[in-house]
Amino acid sequence: MDALNTVWDTFFDLDAMRAALPDMLRVGLPNTLVLALFSAVIGTVLGMVLAVCGLSQHRWLRWPARVWTDVFRGLPAAVTILLIGVGLAPLGLEIWGPNPYPLGILALSLIASAYIGEIFRSGIQSVDPGQLEAARALGFSRPWGMRLVVIPQGVRRVLPALVNQFIALIKESSLVYFLGLLASQRDLFRIGQDAAANTGNQSALVLAGLCYLLITVPLTHVVNAIDRRLREGRRADGGPSETPEGTTDPASRPELAISQEPR
Amino acid sequence: MTQQTRSSHTGALTGGVGVATRDVQLSLGSNHVLRGVDLEVPAASTACVIGPSGSGKSTLLRVVNRLLEPDSGDVLLDGRSVLGDDPDVLRQRVGMVFQHFNLFPHKTVRANITLGLTRLKGLSKDEAAERALVHLDRVGLAHKADVRPGNLSGGQQQRVAIARALAMEPEVMLFDEATSALDPELVKGVLATMADLAAEGMTMLVVTHEMGFARSVAQQVLFMDHGRVVEAGEPGQVFEAPRTERLQRFLSQVL
Repeated sequence: MDALNTVWDTFFDLDAMRAALPDMLRVGLPNTLVLALFSAVIGTVLGMVLAVCGLSQHRWLRWPARVWTDVFRGLPAAVTILLIGVGLAPLGLEIWGPNPYPLGILALSLIASAYIGEIFRSGIQSVDPGQLEAARALGFSRPWGMRLVVIPQGVRRVLPALVNQFIALIKESSLVYFLGLLASQRDLFRIGQDAAANTGNQSALVLAGLCYLLITVPLTHVVNAIDRRLREGRRADGGPSETPEGTTDPASRPELAISQEPR
Repeated sequence: MTQQTRSSHTGALTGGVGVATRDVQLSLGSNHVLRGVDLEVPAASTACVIGPSGSGKSTLLRVVNRLLEPDSGDVLLDGRSVLGDDPDVLRQRVGMVFQHFNLFPHKTVRANITLGLTRLKGLSKDEAAERALVHLDRVGLAHKADVRPGNLSGGQQQRVAIARALAMEPEVMLFDEATSALDPELVKGVLATMADLAAEGMTMLVVTHEMGFARSVAQQVLFMDHGRVVEAGEPGQVFEAPRTERLQRFLSQVL
């Protein structure tokens, strides 16, 4: 019984959690979100560039994209973050002073871009070649056909995979602690770990974990919702004219549409 | 482009321009697909291209609007070579309808049509939407403007694809087996739309397996085999009195 109590106290000491909570919410949560958000945006933009280059007809665009992807997907995240964050630190010091965040975000973005680039590439490649052909037959150039017709469809198909990548990014953002953070720069993980180290009690780290779950679990549900919408939506996104009052069960719409064949 | 009269028609079509190819050759990889194709489609007439699969019919259509560039030979519109033109501008003059419709599934029926009008023809949103409705109405689908293509039957989708091509006000229309992917009961509606278009004076080059359509609508039927036009003439002559043994064999298989 004693042993059980010890375990409970080690992980779920509410007083220890309460002590860590203010820092966790005021400092850790914003920092984690800033890291994840900026890297997600930059990683997505870079990823799209990589995908388009990777699908280019020009070898001198395809090849660098390939190498970039292989390198940043192949290296452990910790290695990339340390190499960029420490290796470029003198340069960073000159540009934005003693703040490890920009380099941390850069490293996280580079890692994310490699994965996101592959996600986009597979999405774009899955679009029927007839779509680009139809766009070109209307008079669009190849780049405009890609931009207006092919890429929007490709991206839509891989939204679930993209959100999964964002989840990974939120978790990997904890690795910036390698770069040495000031008290105000600590993210969720670092605050939990510091408190755990100071008190010899893991409860603060458990609290940090709960904070991560609070962000990531809803996101996984977003993934599932998108996934479901995409799968059903393909048949049921008939638009307002099809179901004026929105009363129709989505699943029953396709038959409706076909039975209305006027000629 | 300059001598082209910018007709402001919305519903009825004025006469298109003639299409011709001269000794067109094209290899795709090691495959010699077109081996010197000559054809001549006079303005406001319909020519049907028939022949076994793999004979180069669809490839020929794609050379006419330069989705594929010929290795040699020439393509003429209105008697003038178009191989030196900007291919994107040329394709605005040549409408194309595909076997698998190739509507943009992420856009509504209306947006499928307005995309080219606003982006390429420089129409305002309202003008484009208005013209889209006119052309949807022509094919009897104005009430489907806000629906996505996935909710339409194949026949309806193909008629939208025809409306999309016509809204660009092309001078020539190409049809690549436009009814081959349709359920039999939906073929008629699409063929009727195509026949109307031909009757209104559009210049049409139609690759088809619908021998009935070729016989009743076309002024000229071309039989292709192994990348060449083997035999060409009026439908009556091609179907009733085929001269070559290859065409006789083909007709006996499909009729």
